[in-house]
Amino acid sequence: MLQRIWAVMQKQFIQTLRDRRTLMVIIALPVLMLFLMGYAVEIQVDHIRTVVVDHSRDQRSWSFIEALENSGFFDVMYYVESQDEAIQAIDEGQARAAVVIPPDFLGAVERGEAQALVIIDGSDAMTVQSAYNAAITVAESYSVDLLARKLERSQPGAHGAALQPLDGRIRVLYNPDMKAIIFMVPGIVATILQNQATSLTAFSIVKEREAGTIEQLLVTPIRPLELMIGKLVPNVVVAFVNMLTILGLGVFWFKVPFSGNIWLFLWMALLFIVSSLGLGILVSTVSSTQAQAQQLVLMILIPSLVLSGYIFPREMMPKLVRFAGDLIPMTYFLQISRGIITRGVGLRLIWSQVVSLLIYALVVFGLSASSFKQRLE
Amino acid sequence: MSQGDVVVVERLSKRFGGFTAVDEVSFSVARGDVFGFLGPNGAGKTTVIRMLLGLLQPTSGCARVLGYELPRQAKIMHGHVGYMSQIFTLYDDLTARENIRFYGQALGLQRGELRRRMEEILTMAGLKGRENELTAQLSGGWRQRLALGCAIIHRPELVFLDEPTAGVDPVSRREFWRLIYELAHRNTTVFVTTHYMDEAEHCQRLGFISQGKLVALGSPEELKATVMHGKVLEIDCDDAERAAQVLRRSVELGEFLAEEVALYGARVHVVAADEDSARPVMAALLAKAGVQVRTIDTIPPSLEDAFISSIRQQNSGGILT
Amino acid sequence: MGDEMIVAGDLHKAFYSHQRGGRVEAVAGISLRVAKGETYGLIGPDGAGKSTMMRLLNGLYVPDAGRASVGGYDIVRQFQAIHRMSGYMAQRFALYGDLTVAENLCFFGRAYGLSAAECAERVPTLLRFAGLERFPQRLAARLSGGMKKKLALASMLIHNPEVVFLDEPTLGVDPVSRREFWDLLSTLRAERGLTIFICTPYMDEAERCHAVGLIYEGRLIAQGRPQDIRALLPGQMVELHTKDLRAAEIVTGVEGVLEVQTYGRLLRVFVEDAERRIGGLVGAIEASGIEVSGARVAEPGIEEAFVYLIRRQRQEGMHRP
Repeated sequence: MLQRIWAVMQKQFIQTLRDRRTLMVIIALPVLMLFLMGYAVEIQVDHIRTVVVDHSRDQRSWSFIEALENSGFFDVMYYVESQDEAIQAIDEGQARAAVVIPPDFLGAVERGEAQALVIIDGSDAMTVQSAYNAAITVAESYSVDLLARKLERSQPGAHGAALQPLDGRIRVLYNPDMKAIIFMVPGIVATILQNQATSLTAFSIVKEREAGTIEQLLVTPIRPLELMIGKLVPNVVVAFVNMLTILGLGVFWFKVPFSGNIWLFLWMALLFIVSSLGLGILVSTVSSTQAQAQQLVLMILIPSLVLSGYIFPREMMPKLVRFAGDLIPMTYFLQISRGIITRGVGLRLIWSQVVSLLIYALVVFGLSASSFKQRLE
Repeated sequence: MSQGDVVVVERLSKRFGGFTAVDEVSFSVARGDVFGFLGPNGAGKTTVIRMLLGLLQPTSGCARVLGYELPRQAKIMHGHVGYMSQIFTLYDDLTARENIRFYGQALGLQRGELRRRMEEILTMAGLKGRENELTAQLSGGWRQRLALGCAIIHRPELVFLDEPTAGVDPVSRREFWRLIYELAHRNTTVFVTTHYMDEAEHCQRLGFISQGKLVALGSPEELKATVMHGKVLEIDCDDAERAAQVLRRSVELGEFLAEEVALYGARVHVVAADEDSARPVMAALLAKAGVQVRTIDTIPPSLEDAFISSIRQQNSGGILT
Repeated sequence: MGDEMIVAGDLHKAFYSHQRGGRVEAVAGISLRVAKGETYGLIGPDGAGKSTMMRLLNGLYVPDAGRASVGGYDIVRQFQAIHRMSGYMAQRFALYGDLTVAENLCFFGRAYGLSAAECAERVPTLLRFAGLERFPQRLAARLSGGMKKKLALASMLIHNPEVVFLDEPTLGVDPVSRREFWDLLSTLRAERGLTIFICTPYMDEAERCHAVGLIYEGRLIAQGRPQDIRALLPGQMVELHTKDLRAAEIVTGVEGVLEVQTYGRLLRVFVEDAERRIGGLVGAIEASGIEVSGARVAEPGIEEAFVYLIRRQRQEGMHRP
């Protein structure tokens, strides 16, 4: 019996070692995952881009702002004149947080009734978490600090000093209750679209090639381009319907607010599907079996989830890793998706991502040009 | 059915849901014979072999191979039979030597014996000097000899060969059949399936299988004598196609009786119950159609004639046993 | 162009095979001509280059050297025109199992640019032609092997091509369906004057062609009418039945024996003046104690010619540096 087990083992080893492609995937995939986890995954977000509205511009307000900056979580970029401007900066994606300090901060602190408002971009779960916690922590510690100084200078209880001289208010934009589903929906939509468009496309092409029936079709007047379009359009329709279902459920059942223009969103979704289709065709040009195509699609899916900014913030990733994320269409669409659904912005503010998707589609279709050849080789 | 029978099958059936793949098949194979199983793809040949190998559970009926009951005693039986399927036996990503070694080990050969048999098989297959090439690089004739070698490395008493010569060049086919005959000479029983009619001529006994049923069973001579209902007339003329068309139409019109009119190579074969009356009628018809006839001879029927005749009878309702 | 449908001049096509470590010539200088209305058979084993030739003629591959035309259209520059006037049945032909018989025919009709009305008009005729008129609504996957091939043939005819290319259309199919398939082909030739270019590994099908090309390892080792090819065999053929294969060696040594081929238990001996010499041959074998159970002078077939030519080819190959 042992000999037979040995015989099968020996054969299996030989076969595995000879299958270069699978070997590469087996060795490369865990390494890839580890690097992804190591560099891309970061729960905490720091150096959040912040704008400041300072109606006091006195020593106290400056020291509070300094405290926020020193925490490492907030990077003050510039000052604006009003709260509305601050919110607009967040809408436009220029900043992820804003600090609003009312007038006479100094006086209010002395009286023990100061207030400060921190506004946070609510479209991104991680940012919200970090900024929220950071803001509260800084405000509280600043409070404690103020108290300590007061106690140094006077007797306890002399002023009936409020135990919390600084009341830090946090306001989360777009998703005030910080409901997970609101974070998730734009991301789920993007994931579904990319995954379905890519895998359905890759499989349907590779399957035809595996069965060898493409040859028969090439000798009819059907042109390769026509064949592609005819094959792919049903997939597009399926993916679209799926997306609408998810979106519908999200909006009407889970009450996810859809703040932007639905038509703009649908057009963008179409553009995204086309890019993902192109990616699928590219996968099919390098796969000769459905199993290979499946492996490749998996190798695209996992980094897509990690690198696109769906779960983990891109700002925290080192440059090289962020560049890897630039190679995935989902990265761009996610920003578009969050922009339109959660923040309600228009084309003006997402045009760079749109252009990126267009370029992506062109590049990918260009690379797959070999699939549109009239001949077998 | 005698004591020396290595395979005994009684009313074997296999149903998949509503579909009957094998329908009450019964036959036996004597030791040392070359037994052929003939029939088109989808007729049930592979299903029967799988049941004989214990890979499928029969729906009803029983099968015994080398005295072992199937599928209950299949594992024990596996050590005593060989199985070759050209498509499924060989691992393309192993070399010839690695393939032989794997099968040798799997079939229980130990060191000294294993090494000796490996060399013998390589020689038999003519692969000495090529044994470290990947199997994927070997072409048809070599592959079948290698596959056969892997199947008989443990010197089994019975070998199942599933369509062993499909698509291979005729020289290699002949060399392969020479190997089969050498095996049979050494008292190994050979069970072969094929859809090459001419190969069937060289089996001691044959079974015709069609649509799951055994439509005929016997030696080639027996089959040719009993299955045919008429004689085969071969017409040698200058336009075989026209001749066939003319004759077919007259049969349809009832101008004379014939069971079959078919093109056979460049000649026409007509199967008629009464050759003596058919001959002059056909000569006249062809002359009228302007076809120049050289000869009309009665020839011994080929197995293909017999097979086609039995299938036609099956389709029209009469089944032979 | 005259009355030639297909003309090929010194076609070469090689592929890079990383398993064989280099370029392998699948087609190594093939020239042929097929007249209009003729049936041309390219006969040879797997891997000889038949499919590559087919694909070259259909514009699916670009030749490394040489030129060819079909219907006057160049295979490199005008392959789309070739597609419009020809039909091609690839080995793995595209029948969509999840579509019905009628839907498959319609799909190909529309693919070839027929309007819905034209499709509706031609489909019933084609169904009758293929013997499928009772099954228009059946899913293609549920058809038997033979019926699938007939459907594939019908699909390829819907746009009324002038020439059809068939790549091993009868592989694995039962002999009844095979005959029916060839009957369909002769009807096509008779009624439409269709030119047929067919590849097959079955030697007996070669006999039904007007012209035959024997292809082996990328070259045509013989070409011509079936009778011309058979004439390449030396002398006449004597068929001897014997159980012992050593008889082959014995009879090879007999004076005047030009060629000896074995096939299972049959010995085929080629000598001049066969009728006279048959007794002497039998005597020579029986003198060695081997029984001869039957002997007759018989007509050789294309297969015997092929074996003869291949063996000669291999011998010459061994003498080359």
